[in-house]
Amino acid sequence: MKNLNKKLSGAAKKDLLTYVFVIAAFIIVNILSSAGVLGRSKQGLLVPICCYIVMALSLNLTVGVMGELSLGHAGFMSIGAFTGVVVSMSLVESIPSAPVRLLIAMVCGAVFAGLAGLLIGIPVLRLRGDYLAIVTLAFGEIIKELINCLIVGYDTNGLHIIFNFRGDKSIADLNLVEGGTAIIKGAQGATGTKTIATFTAGFILILVSLFIILNFVRSRTGRAVLAIRDNRIAAESVGINIMKYKMIAFVISTAIAGAAGALYGLNYSNLSATKFDFNTSILVLVFVVLGGLGNMLGSIIAATVLYILPEALREFADYRMLLYAIVLILVMLATNSPKLRNLFQKIIPFKKKEGGKVE
Amino acid sequence: MEFLSYLISGISLGSVYAIIALGYTMVYGIAKMLNFAHGDVIMVGGYISYTFMAYLNCPGWLSVIVAMLVCTILGVLIEGFAYRPLREAPSLAVLITAIGVSYLLQNLALLIWKPDPISYPSLIGGTFKLFGGQLSISYISILTIAACIVIMVALTLFTSKTKMGKAMRACSEDKGAAQLMGINVNRTISVTFAIGSALAAVAGVLLCSSYPSLVPTTGSMPGIKAFTAAVFGGIGSIPGAFLGGILLGVIEAFAKAYISTQLANSIVFAMLIIVLLVRPAGLLGKYVPEKV
Amino acid sequence: MKIKKVLALLVAAALCVCLFAACGNGGTDTTSDNAADSTSAPASSDTEAKGTFKIGNVGPLTGDAAIYGNAVANGIKIAVEEINALGGVQFDFRADDDVADGETSVNAYNHLLDWGMQVLIGPVTTGAAIAVSTKVNEDRVFAITPSASSKDVIDGKDNMYQVCFTDPNQGTASADYISENLKDNKLAVIYRNDDAYSQGVRDTFVKEAAVKGVEIVYEGTFTKDTATDFSVQLTAAQAAGATTVFLPIYYQPASVILKQAHDMGYQPTFFGVDGMDGILTMEGFDTSLAEGVMLLTPFSADSKDEKTQSFVTKYKEKYGETPNQFAADGYDAAYIVYNAIVKAGCTSDMSTSEICEKIVSVMPTLTYDGITGKGMTWQKTGEVSKAPSAVVIKDGAYVTP
Repeated sequence: MKNLNKKLSGAAKKDLLTYVFVIAAFIIVNILSSAGVLGRSKQGLLVPICCYIVMALSLNLTVGVMGELSLGHAGFMSIGAFTGVVVSMSLVESIPSAPVRLLIAMVCGAVFAGLAGLLIGIPVLRLRGDYLAIVTLAFGEIIKELINCLIVGYDTNGLHIIFNFRGDKSIADLNLVEGGTAIIKGAQGATGTKTIATFTAGFILILVSLFIILNFVRSRTGRAVLAIRDNRIAAESVGINIMKYKMIAFVISTAIAGAAGALYGLNYSNLSATKFDFNTSILVLVFVVLGGLGNMLGSIIAATVLYILPEALREFADYRMLLYAIVLILVMLATNSPKLRNLFQKIIPFKKKEGGKVE
Repeated sequence: MEFLSYLISGISLGSVYAIIALGYTMVYGIAKMLNFAHGDVIMVGGYISYTFMAYLNCPGWLSVIVAMLVCTILGVLIEGFAYRPLREAPSLAVLITAIGVSYLLQNLALLIWKPDPISYPSLIGGTFKLFGGQLSISYISILTIAACIVIMVALTLFTSKTKMGKAMRACSEDKGAAQLMGINVNRTISVTFAIGSALAAVAGVLLCSSYPSLVPTTGSMPGIKAFTAAVFGGIGSIPGAFLGGILLGVIEAFAKAYISTQLANSIVFAMLIIVLLVRPAGLLGKYVPEKV
Repeated sequence: MKIKKVLALLVAAALCVCLFAACGNGGTDTTSDNAADSTSAPASSDTEAKGTFKIGNVGPLTGDAAIYGNAVANGIKIAVEEINALGGVQFDFRADDDVADGETSVNAYNHLLDWGMQVLIGPVTTGAAIAVSTKVNEDRVFAITPSASSKDVIDGKDNMYQVCFTDPNQGTASADYISENLKDNKLAVIYRNDDAYSQGVRDTFVKEAAVKGVEIVYEGTFTKDTATDFSVQLTAAQAAGATTVFLPIYYQPASVILKQAHDMGYQPTFFGVDGMDGILTMEGFDTSLAEGVMLLTPFSADSKDEKTQSFVTKYKEKYGETPNQFAADGYDAAYIVYNAIVKAGCTSDMSTSEICEKIVSVMPTLTYDGITGKGMTWQKTGEVSKAPSAVVIKDGAYVTP
């Protein structure tokens, strides 16, 4: 009994630490920004950082907890983003309050991305390993091209949607009545979006996502998913329905990605489908792997640090992305190579002493 | 007649994909890693051969050999410095490192060769006309297709007949057992990377000759497509990569011609998904049942 | 686990160092001249422009579109050097990278504001410019984009101006030109449908072509990911009997199209817009392939114009290549800002928003003779009016038909 208690409290302690960390970070950032210490550039980074943190949390559920590599997560973010923009822009007049609209947009983004996740999950989750990875990549690219063909407008008659399949349609074909607005203009993407995303909304979204994911992992369903990850055959043999549990985890993951996308989409007045390409999926994957698979706090820290890194390297101008690449390789080598790890182990005691001196 | 010309442009594009996919598939078969930097080695191959042709006035064939040499060395170096230390690490860690290497190569190329696109001079010019000029095939397409077939045959013979080839197959089956049989696993993997990178250089030259535009990101999309082709045909299988590459090129050309030019990529990817659902290990891949 | 934590800490520490480094004002691209407050300007009334202004530029210095961003930044640098040599108003210039991405562009813009930017020249690419234009409008910073040509960039923002033509302008002008000069031609259009610029020009072109009765027999598209092979589109255009191919795209894919059409033995008249400029100076490009290509461009490096010649010579000296239209747009943009500041009588100790309001008030009255157009004037909307000129490529040079 005591042992069980200890174990439970261990897991719970870690969750608590994650929440405390997020809340503390939010408070500190708010104090800093009201004190004017944070410059414009750092304040401008806050909302995208929140989006990427939520994306990393969401992908961590697929890659870390479920154990399947997804290379097309940006596709779900894209669905969420464009849904969010369409919802928010259509409701501008009927719901003037920005926070309420943002909330509705995020919920709709999550629902649509979750539905897409359900549809895509049916074929994808039958596959395994690298084959699954390539199919998620394929879906990511397909979503990107489909959204690129989408033309959406809104007027007093409601929503108008054209799918520009042969490349011969434009906004004029929407036949909007006067006073209507074109929301998504094909390749031009969504332009003229009213930006209503805020850091507070991002913070709440992080907390909600954390709450959903951490509770999911500790739930009965979550334990089933973990069992499948650790040993699929053993899990199957004790009667766990693999497809069902994987699907639950995948849909939750995609829905959260959709909410993150909606927040992201409403933070910029211009958004095009090409933004959510393979590179964006990879970017988020890098956050997850560097933060540690299954480690939510790790994802949060990695997303923050790695998002700031290229911005902090601005002073190096042309060499900035080169340095980013080198840092990425070195960190991967340092954390995963046994030789280098031993080397670091030798260095660590000295480091600690140095740290002590400074304090 | 248009049908034939679509078919030929599809096969020609497919041959380039196939050559890249052959490199991908060999590396995957043995190192069991997705080498995302492979596409960027193609780009380096293109730039090296261009530099030798344009600035040092080398003949085309010599520049190809130089490019192959440089890429071979580059491939071995990348493997030695970035991938070898991670031999025991989880595959995701290797994947991210490969992505890091890919960024590194792109940004190095950006600094060395500047971002301005370069129009790559074709290795051989001219076209071959058929049916009274109604159908024209450029010599470079013929060369590409021929090169692809030669490489495929040579690789098949290499892996089945030579000692090194057999060592490679042994390593891809079971590294531990191969080591116990006295095979130097590290050397075998290095040789695989060397061959894969040399192929990438050839692919780079052929890609740029047919589609003459060279920028630091030239290799990334063909790299992803070739990866798709390799999976399509069954990753790890040499004839599979060949078949997958050609099919991918033809599907892409027909999709553009008869369905929609904007959704060409989507159609290619949709075909991949369908194939994988029917044959989960690709067209010619071996399905290995799990041991319990 | 422990090692990972320590590493994470190390990385974080390294980051902090970088951040601190970022706080110092050591810009990499500054070409400042502190002899600004010299005796030249009589410091009497506040209508006299003086001081050192911080001018920022946002554009893709790395990545796919790096060529455009670098060209603009280089063009601005040359103009800034000339302006500083005049001895009056001084410019302190800095360029920040945005990889042609809206999100990064906003970050870069914020970073420039932290540096103390007073006027923005940029962003260079359309998508990024639309994203930043909203911020610019909220923050009341005067901005002029050298090359982002979509109408969405300036729509509803009174302090956002353009140096280049808008896409609708180009599409309409191209259709008009074709209907007048290339009558009875059957037209094919090949454009990039995941690019705002290309799609924008195509949309208005098709609309105007329908009005003028120009027959479009084939429309083909490509995306960034399929921009390698055009043989299918060209075969289809040829099969449809197109005798003119309209290419509202940048010169890089256009060079591939010209090469592949040549290999196929397909020889229609190719007609491009300003994005086509630069094709003749593309490294390794066989200019004979471009023989007979027509394009609308505001800038020609071969022009006999004195200003253009001096700019081209300086650019070649400094960067070892012939400037393209983007470099020229950047050069003009810097001079436009200079003229506006002088005309409005701004001083560098004014707040950014004061400078913005002053410049906005004089922009509609400004006339500027630049290297991308004579007698350029602006409407209150931010749109430029200048005459587009069509040129034909003959023997590797632009010739006015």
